[in-house]
Amino acid sequence: MSAAAEERNARAPWALTAPALMLFVGVLLIPLAMTVMLSFHDWGQYKGIEPVFILKNWKEIATDPYYAEMFWRTFRIAILTTLLTALLGAPEAYILNRMSGRWKSFFLLVILGPLLISVVARTLGWALLFGGNNGLVNKLLMSAGVIRFPIPFMFTETGMVVALAHVMMPFMVLSVWAALQRLDPQIENAAMSLGAGPITIIRRIIMPQIMPGVLSGAIIVFSLSASAFATPAIIGGRRLKVAATLAYDEFLNTLNWPLGAAVATLLLVALVLIVVGSNALIERRYAEVFR
Amino acid sequence: MAFLELEGVAKQFGAQTVVDDFSLAVGKGEFISFLGPSGCGKTTTLQMIAGFLDPTRGAIRLEDKDLTAIHPAKRGLGIVFQSYALFPHMTAAENVAFGLEMRNVSRADRAERVRAALAMVGLAGYEDRHPRRMSGGQQQRVALARALVIKPSVLLLDEPLSNLDAKLREEMQIELRQIQRTIGTTTILVTHDQNEAMSLSDRIVVMSQGKIEQIGTPQETYEKPASAFVSQFLGKTNDFAGAIDRTATPALLVVGSWSAPAPAGLSGPVTVSIRPERIGFGDAGLGAKIVTRIFQGNHWLFQCDSECGPAIVIRQNDGQPQPTEGEAVRLTWRPEDMSVRARTVA
Repeated sequence: MSAAAEERNARAPWALTAPALMLFVGVLLIPLAMTVMLSFHDWGQYKGIEPVFILKNWKEIATDPYYAEMFWRTFRIAILTTLLTALLGAPEAYILNRMSGRWKSFFLLVILGPLLISVVARTLGWALLFGGNNGLVNKLLMSAGVIRFPIPFMFTETGMVVALAHVMMPFMVLSVWAALQRLDPQIENAAMSLGAGPITIIRRIIMPQIMPGVLSGAIIVFSLSASAFATPAIIGGRRLKVAATLAYDEFLNTLNWPLGAAVATLLLVALVLIVVGSNALIERRYAEVFR
Repeated sequence: MAFLELEGVAKQFGAQTVVDDFSLAVGKGEFISFLGPSGCGKTTTLQMIAGFLDPTRGAIRLEDKDLTAIHPAKRGLGIVFQSYALFPHMTAAENVAFGLEMRNVSRADRAERVRAALAMVGLAGYEDRHPRRMSGGQQQRVALARALVIKPSVLLLDEPLSNLDAKLREEMQIELRQIQRTIGTTTILVTHDQNEAMSLSDRIVVMSQGKIEQIGTPQETYEKPASAFVSQFLGKTNDFAGAIDRTATPALLVVGSWSAPAPAGLSGPVTVSIRPERIGFGDAGLGAKIVTRIFQGNHWLFQCDSECGPAIVIRQNDGQPQPTEGEAVRLTWRPEDMSVRARTVA
């Protein structure tokens, strides 16, 4: 092959990926860089945004315990949501996988169906069921005399975790489901023939093999919950803010864009660190199962 | 007394009968093969013995105890699966030790038996390897060690060699036979490979469409096939349409221009089966023309166009001159080398 042709070949991959690369740079990297820059700008009630380089916003976030509380709550909710989805989603996927043909596709649809409905609609559904005195479930339970006061759900962390877990469940189920698909269909029979009972089979044979699926599902659910906006906004509102709703309020209500940008950047950096770190840990721990 | 006994075993899935009226008595230490094309019910039968499926009808007894009443985890059978079904998250040693752990064998005892089992299958030194870092042949050996270490009363092998390449498969066949002879475990092998069944087994159960076609030693099933299916499935065979003429004295069996004194019993149209290696070229006999001649090292393979349709002939490469392509020949064979069955004329 001539040198010119070789050079042309070397350039081909770049030329072919150029459109996608430009889109990526244009709509993701540039706005992201601008947001990071914005977090170092100054802002005043009357002077608006001043394009200078100061650490005021970052200092405020670092020193004011209000922000620490906000971030702590964000990650606490994300962790609890992740645990809840793993606890319910993994058995759900296992049961689903054992169902026979027709039922399997039906229930898979039931699990994935909610993805077709907007997060807002799904969260408002919870509000209709549990929203204060007028919530359907609360009303029923109170008229039946089971409870005297409505179950607190709106503006509580529990409510947020339950609603988020509901929204995130399909991601966990799908992720575990994918891990289950890679299992040897005879593996349970093999364990049984060696004398293992059903509990031993699940604990010693199935669990270790689907753990990577549970963990990758956990990473998805955690990062989506920590950065979720719609559900915390509806359930938590202004009373119970998380990082995402806080950034939103700074941007659109206080109009303090630089501070909002700093909150958003911190959330992004923290999430990237957590996700990349845990991913590396999982890959090392489960190297044999992943191969 | 039979060690493992299947009596009138049948399995139905809905309206479909997968195994029907399967009866077999296996002696202690015997090596039995279930041979048949895919879908003939051989794996289903094996799974019923293993307990992964319950028979619809019939009884399975091991040493006169009803095996179907025992939970599969308590049957104490060793099983090697087609896919091996090794535990990918455990090392080879942990895989083999699993069955012993379930039997509460002490740790020291366990280590010793695992080491011995892996050494027996030629994997000493591979204890700490994970299955996915091993070749297909090595995984197969781990699976065999895992099944044998629990000292099973019966070893069930479900197409264990079908995922290996031809050379490795031959090596494993020899090794499998040696191991089985040494430890004397009663073994049932499911396979669709007639060579595998013939080289390994004491007896072969040939199955087709859920039914037993023939039970016999490899030699019996090859040389005295009980049905057209068996003769077709076990090696190559020539089926010629012939007829028995009882009007002649003595009665004659006529196949084209070939004829011989008729065997007793049959009359009218018959099918005559002869193995290709039992046919020779002679001065008289069935007229044929050589279509192709293929040299295969130790033998020649001739495809002929005979009076009774296509025929194949195999001749040893013994240095004698052989007919060439296009040559007209006469095919002849000894009456005792053929099997004759009644033929229904459509």
